[in-house]
Amino acid sequence: MPVESLFPRLEPLLPRVQKPIQYVGGELNSEVKDWDAARVRWALMYPDAYEVGLPNQGVQILYEILNERDGVLAERTYSVWPDMEAIMREHGIPQFTVDGHRPVAAFDVLGVSFSTELGYTNLLTALDLAGIPLDAADRADGHPIVLAGGHAAFNPEPIADFVDAAVLGDGEEIALAITELIREWKDEGEPGGRDEVLLRLARTGGVYVPKFYDVEYLPDGRIQRVAPNRNGVPWRVAKHTVMDLDQWPYPKKPLVPLAETVHERFSVEIFRGCTRGCRFCQAGMITRPVRERSITTIGDMVENGLKASGFEEVGLLSLSSADHSEIADVAKGLADRYEGTNTSLSLPSTRVDAFNVTLAGEFSRGGRRSGLTFAPEGGSERMRRVINKMVSEDDLIRTVTTAYENGWRQVKLYFMCGLPTEEDADVLAIADMARRVIQAGREATGRRDIRCTVSIGGFVPKPHTPFQWAAQCDHETVDRRLRALKDALRGDREYGRAIGLRYHDGKPSVIEGLLSRGDRRVGRVIRAVWEDGGRFDGWSEHFSFERWLTAAEKALADEPVDVDWYTVRERDEVEVLPWDHLDAGLDREWLWQDWRDAVEETEVEDCRWTPCYDCGVCPTMGTEIQIGPTGRKLLPLNVV
Amino acid sequence: MPEGPAPAPVIQRLRVRYAKRGRLRFTSHRDISRAVERAVRRAGIPVAYSAGFTPHPKISYAGAAATGVASEAEYLELGLTEPRDPERVRRELDTALPGGLDVVDVVAVPPGSGRASALADRLEASEWRVRLDGIAPDEAAAAVAAFLAAEAVEVERLTKKGRRRFDTRPAVSRCEVDRRASEAADAPCAILRMVVRHTTPAVRPDDILTGLRQIADLAPPSPPLVTRLAQGPLDAATGGLTDPLGPDRETAQPTGDGAGTAAVPALRPPAVGVDAAGAHP
Repeated sequence: MPVESLFPRLEPLLPRVQKPIQYVGGELNSEVKDWDAARVRWALMYPDAYEVGLPNQGVQILYEILNERDGVLAERTYSVWPDMEAIMREHGIPQFTVDGHRPVAAFDVLGVSFSTELGYTNLLTALDLAGIPLDAADRADGHPIVLAGGHAAFNPEPIADFVDAAVLGDGEEIALAITELIREWKDEGEPGGRDEVLLRLARTGGVYVPKFYDVEYLPDGRIQRVAPNRNGVPWRVAKHTVMDLDQWPYPKKPLVPLAETVHERFSVEIFRGCTRGCRFCQAGMITRPVRERSITTIGDMVENGLKASGFEEVGLLSLSSADHSEIADVAKGLADRYEGTNTSLSLPSTRVDAFNVTLAGEFSRGGRRSGLTFAPEGGSERMRRVINKMVSEDDLIRTVTTAYENGWRQVKLYFMCGLPTEEDADVLAIADMARRVIQAGREATGRRDIRCTVSIGGFVPKPHTPFQWAAQCDHETVDRRLRALKDALRGDREYGRAIGLRYHDGKPSVIEGLLSRGDRRVGRVIRAVWEDGGRFDGWSEHFSFERWLTAAEKALADEPVDVDWYTVRERDEVEVLPWDHLDAGLDREWLWQDWRDAVEETEVEDCRWTPCYDCGVCPTMGTEIQIGPTGRKLLPLNVV
Repeated sequence: MPEGPAPAPVIQRLRVRYAKRGRLRFTSHRDISRAVERAVRRAGIPVAYSAGFTPHPKISYAGAAATGVASEAEYLELGLTEPRDPERVRRELDTALPGGLDVVDVVAVPPGSGRASALADRLEASEWRVRLDGIAPDEAAAAVAAFLAAEAVEVERLTKKGRRRFDTRPAVSRCEVDRRASEAADAPCAILRMVVRHTTPAVRPDDILTGLRQIADLAPPSPPLVTRLAQGPLDAATGGLTDPLGPDRETAQPTGDGAGTAAVPALRPPAVGVDAAGAHP
């Protein structure tokens, strides 16, 4: 079946939309492969606007890995803005890929990467524009397999009605395995149609197909059990873990957009996983164990990526980049290599640690020292023990003092509000900490132009973390505590003007909480919100709390549950959680113990430097910690 | 404070004419400047950087066409820390830029020509081609005649400073229907050719279309396809445009060493000027 480009129909309409370049494609290193020469075709979607989705590493990695294979084709598609959606509906133009401008419905797989649950309504828009039935149950043999991935896919139950399948964990190997399975099934003449290929995927144990699992509920609304309903479908579905990241040095050819995007840099993931054990952090729990890229692979990736892209900035990504076993040599080696080239290096996600100031110094050699960011996360020592963020206030003061002494004028501190066991005093302690920071900066430098910005996010309990059982703080309490903090800072004559405060109201966190820990019944809420016009829920200008509440009230009217039940209710140990049949490798008893430890303010060390404490991941998944040091160094480049 | 030596000075200035074609016409000016900066880095062109905390590459742009407008004649200027053969820069920059952003011509600014010869000053007017689909050439011709016959054609447009009202008529030095091109097109349409002076506030082709709509009810059913064909000094005799890089080409002829050439290293072959002149018919 020949598939025509939709671009000739789209082009005359582009002058009518905002930022038309985002729909045009043609990014450097993008690729349009021959449709007919491909046996398996993927449409990869990031369910947010192009400017947010284009830089996404996961999509770029899969795009490159799939396109490298003969007989496999991958193109990308992003959420279109409401102005474009209206025009597409008016002219009958379906959801298209930006590479070949091919209709998404023509692909074998629509793979959607969910970094956040707030992209769920955008999935529905894309499906509807594509002409793919919203309900997986209504899809016919010719429709793509709608496959969810990304961190949010560790609990895909709220979108179980809309996706055909979900995969947990690292995508590199499983995407290729799925491709092979589909290719075989197609080569056999597609026996048994859609049902058969989904069954084959489910039987591998590495792909979750919601329709092959029945969920039964207790009269009070809790889940009674989740059980497979077909022979050969396993009780639990396991996450995927790529070992030896040096074997997977992607992206090799980073996509360079013409349009402006949120990250204008080449990013290299220097390691995956984190075992710091912060109890609020879903990423740290579901990506274990730590697997480092070696210093030499990092050096090669940076060099090749800069050449292939022309980017001016390199970001060394990970969940806690300063924890790489050879980060000092990486930093110095790269700083030496690129000194005087106007190439800048950045290290997002750093810990509160004076060592990080030294690192940041390497990265800003000769450049501007505008601001450093640290994340104590909790305002009081007690709060930080609860969340296992092992930073003392003295550590922080030492760290910022070093920063101010080394020329930085501004420090940004990141906190959360609404953490389990939190009391008003824990949040007010943030003000004390900020005051001490300014005081230390003034003493260290003798200057008055020292600043500190406090940024606060609302805490949302996430699946597969010790806080998965916790009651989410209601938004009224969050807002009240933040107001009190603001008043405390504003009333401070000595330090108040040197301290900036940034926060959002607590309402969006409630909906994120509903979607994070929701079960299949929440799908009805998502659908109702979407039907009422809900789009781009991650954008404050599009998000409507009232719309979500109204939709939830209607959609859950016949159920013994409501938004509060999903969010502010604490769960007990025996309750079946909606994601219990999805295996991140974490031992449930260990998670529960860690939750009890949190309440008792007991800390847990990092297993990279202390004996294994049996979180369960390595033995369950057959993985191990992969860290250096390798002892190697980065050699100077042969300058052209 | 920034450490290290001061940035290397500019010792050669190159003027670049580039085109914005096809789907790349949907790039904004900011998109283009990012693409050019990255292409310059990928191509290894020794562009100079400004001093200060956030060094910027010395690339300056002269009057960029709006988003959605195609162009055969956009101009930018590069400041280099080492001299380069303009034709080589043209080739390398063109290869490094995405297809559709095409480098047409590169000319070295003669040493010593200074600020007085600023390129922007030479870009007095633009020649535009405007394709109006679904409009008959006769209908367009009648509207153009009415426009040219008018003393003044005031239009309103939302500018950065709010809603502004201005006269479009004095800026138009030439406007006609290209009947041959209209008839040769793949679909029924009228193709306008116009020369418009660069004034303040700027009169854009769509302002003139607004004027045509007001004065003669000319209402194209779909957005027009607008292409800038040329920019340059306005030739008073013909009403047409001349090549804005012409003066650089003329003075770039190897006419002997002036004081201004002292900064240029001796390895620079005098043939460069000949090459540049030869590249442009």
